[in-house]
Amino acid sequence: MTPLIIIVCYLGLLLALGIISSRSFRGTSKDYFVASHSIGPFLLLMSVFGTTMTAFALVGSTGKAFERGIGVYGLMASISGLVHAAVFFLIGIRLWVYGKKYGFVTQIQFFRARFDSQRIGYVLFPILAMLVVPYLLIGIIGAGKTVLPVTAGAFPDLFPNAATPQFAGGIPVWLTGLVICGVVMTYVFLGGSRGAAWANTFQTIVFMAMGLVAFVFIANSLGGLTNASKVAIQINDQGEVVQPYRWDAANNQLVANDPPKVVGRIIEGESDTAGSYSPRPLLSRQVTTVELENVNKKTGEVRTFTREYGMSTWMFMTYLFIPLSVGMFPHLFQHWLTAKSARAFKLTVLAHPLCILIVWVPCVLIGIWATGILPPLDPTKVSGVLGQMVARLVSSPILSGFLIAGILAAIMSSLDSQFLCLGTMFTNDIVIHKLGSGKLSDRQVILIARGFVVGIVTLTYLLSLVAPQNVFDLAVWCFSGFGALFPLVFAAVFWKRVTKAGAYACILAATLSWFYFFAKSGFGSELVLGPGIMPVAVCFLISTAALIIVSLMTRPPSEETIKKFFPDKAS
Amino acid sequence: MKNNGWIVWLGTLALLLLHQDFWFWDNYETEVFGFMPIGLAYHAGFSIVAALWWGAVMSFAWPHHLEALAEEQEESISTQRP
Repeated sequence: MTPLIIIVCYLGLLLALGIISSRSFRGTSKDYFVASHSIGPFLLLMSVFGTTMTAFALVGSTGKAFERGIGVYGLMASISGLVHAAVFFLIGIRLWVYGKKYGFVTQIQFFRARFDSQRIGYVLFPILAMLVVPYLLIGIIGAGKTVLPVTAGAFPDLFPNAATPQFAGGIPVWLTGLVICGVVMTYVFLGGSRGAAWANTFQTIVFMAMGLVAFVFIANSLGGLTNASKVAIQINDQGEVVQPYRWDAANNQLVANDPPKVVGRIIEGESDTAGSYSPRPLLSRQVTTVELENVNKKTGEVRTFTREYGMSTWMFMTYLFIPLSVGMFPHLFQHWLTAKSARAFKLTVLAHPLCILIVWVPCVLIGIWATGILPPLDPTKVSGVLGQMVARLVSSPILSGFLIAGILAAIMSSLDSQFLCLGTMFTNDIVIHKLGSGKLSDRQVILIARGFVVGIVTLTYLLSLVAPQNVFDLAVWCFSGFGALFPLVFAAVFWKRVTKAGAYACILAATLSWFYFFAKSGFGSELVLGPGIMPVAVCFLISTAALIIVSLMTRPPSEETIKKFFPDKAS
Repeated sequence: MKNNGWIVWLGTLALLLLHQDFWFWDNYETEVFGFMPIGLAYHAGFSIVAALWWGAVMSFAWPHHLEALAEEQEESISTQRP
């Protein structure tokens, strides 16, 4: 019950923040969509960081490190620090300048003006919306799945949960989704982009702090950092995967397993020679494939599954195309536009890699330590690793409550921006574009935008009730789609020779190649090509080639357009 | 940025190459500060270097010309249907 009280208080605080932020609302559509370009450096950093980091930053990073080891940090975090900061500086500032000067509030308005094409908006709109919606579903379902286990047993009469008897009495996924959607909708409805920026700042501070707090408590329980580093699973000379330690719950301490407990065995290493595999496979990136055993405590049934520790060189190299996706996130575009000045970006560019470091390093370490404490878990259950470590090693309902609040914070800080962005796009790129801006008063525009926010939240919530619950696999596919479209925004701000036809070719090539691989994956499962190449790398190259070739074959854009977007380069 | 652009691109390319730390790929023995595997410590350091790099870039390649453009009077480009 304690965790539930903490979660309810946290949601109440968020609502209060939404109401307070609405008092600063100036009543104009520009204020609702881009906070009248008034957001300073700190709020911009927190809102941009909170938007780019989903629940994956806390629970996903821990789970992935549990699965593959330390390489996850280089694969997903350090490269994101470099690439995200590059995109914010090289593209974000330029888009902010164009947005402020020419009054854009959506990405599509920019592309329509840059490529001198009204139709490009109708082509891009469904693609961008299609890529954002699964991202929203991930957040809503993720929130429900996070709250259910920690509230198990709290309301046995109200929620018997016949489908998930192990969590009987817990708050069902549908109810958490409903509450989360209601809270986010309220503060976005009231405060628009300013409300989202304020709420994001609060939520980002919460989830960053909670990750660190969990790390400190877990490290202390394991007897300090040096002791904790010895806990991860190892491979002995016989090729067996062993846990050298175990957690003695009765005495709340770490004890050595003598002999070490066997939980699996090696199948193959990167080299076939015996002894060439990594004896501590989670502390290196060398590929080591093992077969692990999981014993069902109730039935005694032993289930085996294979796992690949480490990662291939190709996967590590080609994953860099995934973080490029931030350049095409429509919700991030809107956050950039809220900045007070170009200089407000400085803190975001500088501190973003450091914020990633603060959140990810502790989670990755917890993930590798967890391999020695928890039994082997199959990939569908690894997102629960952080929660299980807190529950076993800290066993404090207060900390559990705060940790869940932190996870919800990470989820909601992305949800709000995406809801607002879809509402803004529907209003500006479809309704106002069709009707003409002169035909609607500012008040009517805000009314329409708020109506769309309510409509989108309702629709997405309903979709979350019928969507398959394993939508988490879709996250990488969403990022891949945005990453494949990155050449479009890059060329739009850096290459004056890019043409309207080149832009269409890029969008078409990105969409078709992405869809081909998406279908090949069985519509959402993990897929790598050949030696481990990420499909996004191929989609990116195809869309880039299409953009360059078609642009060079078609008539250059008008001098007037070039002067508007390249004032320093126009002849 | 206009004059120092090549330094930005070259430096970023160098960082992308440094990100491929094949020299620590199979090192499981070295632990920095007695608890952090060297492969993880390297990439934590990489994050700090990335922050410093973009801090340096903003000091020598800040897009002043674009900043000036943003300060000019707002114009509206019609993105409405004709």
